[in-house]
Amino acid sequence: MSAVDTPEQESWFHRNQQRIAPWLFLAPGLLFFMVYVIIPVFQSFNLSLYEWDGLGSAEYVGFRNYEDLYWEWVDRDAFFVSLKNNLIWLILYLAAIPAGLFIALFLNQTVWGIRLYKSLFFFPFVISQVVVGLVFTWFYDPTFGLLNEFLGVFGIEPLNVLGDERFVTYGIIFAGLWPQTAYCMILYLTGLNAVDPEQIEAGRLDGAKGARMLWHIILPQLRPATFIAFVVTIIGALRSFDLISIMTQGGPFGSSRVLAYYMFEVALSEYGFRMGYGAAIAVILFLIMLCFIAYFLWSMYREERGH
Amino acid sequence: MHSIYKRTTAALAMSVALVVPAYAELTGELRIFLDTSNPAPRATMEAMIDRFAEQHPGLEIETTVIDREAYKTQIRNFLTADTPDVATWYAANRMKPYVEAGLFEDVSDLWAEPEIAENLASTKGAMTIDGKQWGVPYTYYQWGVYYRKDIFDELGLSEPTTWEEELANCQKIVDSGRACYTIGTKFLWTAGGWFDYLNMRTNGFDFHQQLANGEVSWEDDRVKQTFANWKQLIDMGAFIDNHQTYSWQEALPFMVNGEAAAYLMGNFAVAPLREAGLSDDQLDFYQFVAINPDVELAEDAPTDTFHIPSNASNKEAAREFLRFVVSADEQTEINNGSNLGQLPVNAKSSVDNDKFLNQGFEMLSSNSPGGVAQFWDRDAPAEMAKVSMEGFQEFMVKPDNADKILAKLERARQRIYDN
Repeated sequence: MSAVDTPEQESWFHRNQQRIAPWLFLAPGLLFFMVYVIIPVFQSFNLSLYEWDGLGSAEYVGFRNYEDLYWEWVDRDAFFVSLKNNLIWLILYLAAIPAGLFIALFLNQTVWGIRLYKSLFFFPFVISQVVVGLVFTWFYDPTFGLLNEFLGVFGIEPLNVLGDERFVTYGIIFAGLWPQTAYCMILYLTGLNAVDPEQIEAGRLDGAKGARMLWHIILPQLRPATFIAFVVTIIGALRSFDLISIMTQGGPFGSSRVLAYYMFEVALSEYGFRMGYGAAIAVILFLIMLCFIAYFLWSMYREERGH
Repeated sequence: MHSIYKRTTAALAMSVALVVPAYAELTGELRIFLDTSNPAPRATMEAMIDRFAEQHPGLEIETTVIDREAYKTQIRNFLTADTPDVATWYAANRMKPYVEAGLFEDVSDLWAEPEIAENLASTKGAMTIDGKQWGVPYTYYQWGVYYRKDIFDELGLSEPTTWEEELANCQKIVDSGRACYTIGTKFLWTAGGWFDYLNMRTNGFDFHQQLANGEVSWEDDRVKQTFANWKQLIDMGAFIDNHQTYSWQEALPFMVNGEAAAYLMGNFAVAPLREAGLSDDQLDFYQFVAINPDVELAEDAPTDTFHIPSNASNKEAAREFLRFVVSADEQTEINNGSNLGQLPVNAKSSVDNDKFLNQGFEMLSSNSPGGVAQFWDRDAPAEMAKVSMEGFQEFMVKPDNADKILAKLERARQRIYDN
């Protein structure tokens, strides 16, 4: 019974080991998350209240930067265009999810060489966005691009997709959908592996097939995959930057900008260095993202509790 | 041959240094940061620094070459921390943020020395802010119209000098199924070159600088006149289609293939045009035509420069290096055709025997009485340059939007210069 006598002599660490251990394991992650994510978020908020060129001293201007953004909105200027394009990106980029699902269903069969087909469909996600951008720039080229050669066969006038402010955003989104669809496809392919064959069997016995089978039996089981596909696509749409930078640099005359690119242009590009203004744009972008992030966290939390 | 020549000049420089030991022996470390990252300029600069090192054996020189585009953002960091003793940059408004932040050393003392004061007078204005000089130039180049002489001959055209001749020429070129000018405005600045010339020819150099400094409204009738002149060219189909999708290099093939007859560009366009197979018989140059006979001709001649950062540690050696760079012999050497292929800034230097350099040198020294501008994106503040060049691009695609574009630029002007 000596064990009963000893507790008082145990060190504080030993007594609280159970409670401390998780924090110790979390500490490195928390530290870096604080330094690289949380603190910079607040720094951006702070910086957006200043006017600073990155060299001299920063001047406090209150909400002037936000006021300027508001006027850009009212004047249908760069900020308005960026926000509008962001919205178009958000909506159209979601097309990657049904497209990915469709290809996944199509590829989810056992024929000879299916692995090769699967990897070919996954290929665009593996190559760099820069390469995707370049390939599509050539594809859209108004004088020798494949697209216009193709349209020419049907006698349609050549189309300068990336040089026309009406088409340019859609042209870039289409290029972006190519790798994003591949990503969603892979998510669904793994999801399809986990579909319970007994439920399909049962459904079949009850006379379900085709679209009804898909909608009532397969899709509910793919919910986790759909959720992840939704998250990565929304985030991907909001941080669309590389394609715009490669394909148009925000042009022609700024009509393909999105918030992320506008922020870069204002704060960090050759003609930029309005750090405060860039920070203000970043804050707006953050607030938009926050809506989605909050929704994702909330639904994940609900899921966890449900189990 | 070339290397022998170099060695002889080096030896010559050595012997001169031995004969005239006027300079105090320099010691310590000299750190030089360069943005001349393209192969040819890089070799030129490194060879020049080698020659300087031979003159000053006591000096330990460390050269860092940074990619030209990356340099534009990195300069902000290295001027404040881990600062070199000498750094390259650009003249006029482009150096203003650093001058105002106190990051460039005032080198007015160098400009007071007769050697520099007398021979570099032509570029002094571009190096001056608040009555002081903040660096020295090392090269500059002309802008102008590079054209296909064979196409002009075929159509029976001669080099125009007035706006009427220009329009008449262009009409004939358009009628022959070509565009008068190739241009690629994807990166915007090429449209800035067109605006520079049209505005300087319509309203003169002083007005142009006032506009760059935000002293005149963009909705002023004189600005509108510039755009009206520009519109004449656009409406007759003078420019290639879809220029908003091309970079300036991607616009070159139109001229090489004979689909466009001319290119308003800096002298750096000559090298790729020659490489693409155009001989000097096919390629020629003329000064941008006069539009308003009442204003004096003025030219664009962007100047690249050397500066001493305020935080430099070996300023004595840095000053000596700047003196060396602008000396007549070095200027002749680094700007010759096998090196930078541009114009020397020292009046006592000789221009290399190149058709385009000779024409450019003559134009700038004798036929540009109005003044010499740096280029729109170096003369105007960065923010205004960006917004306005975007407007120029939009105008070139949709000339009917002129009033809307100018109203937008005027709003931008009131915001930007207000601060």
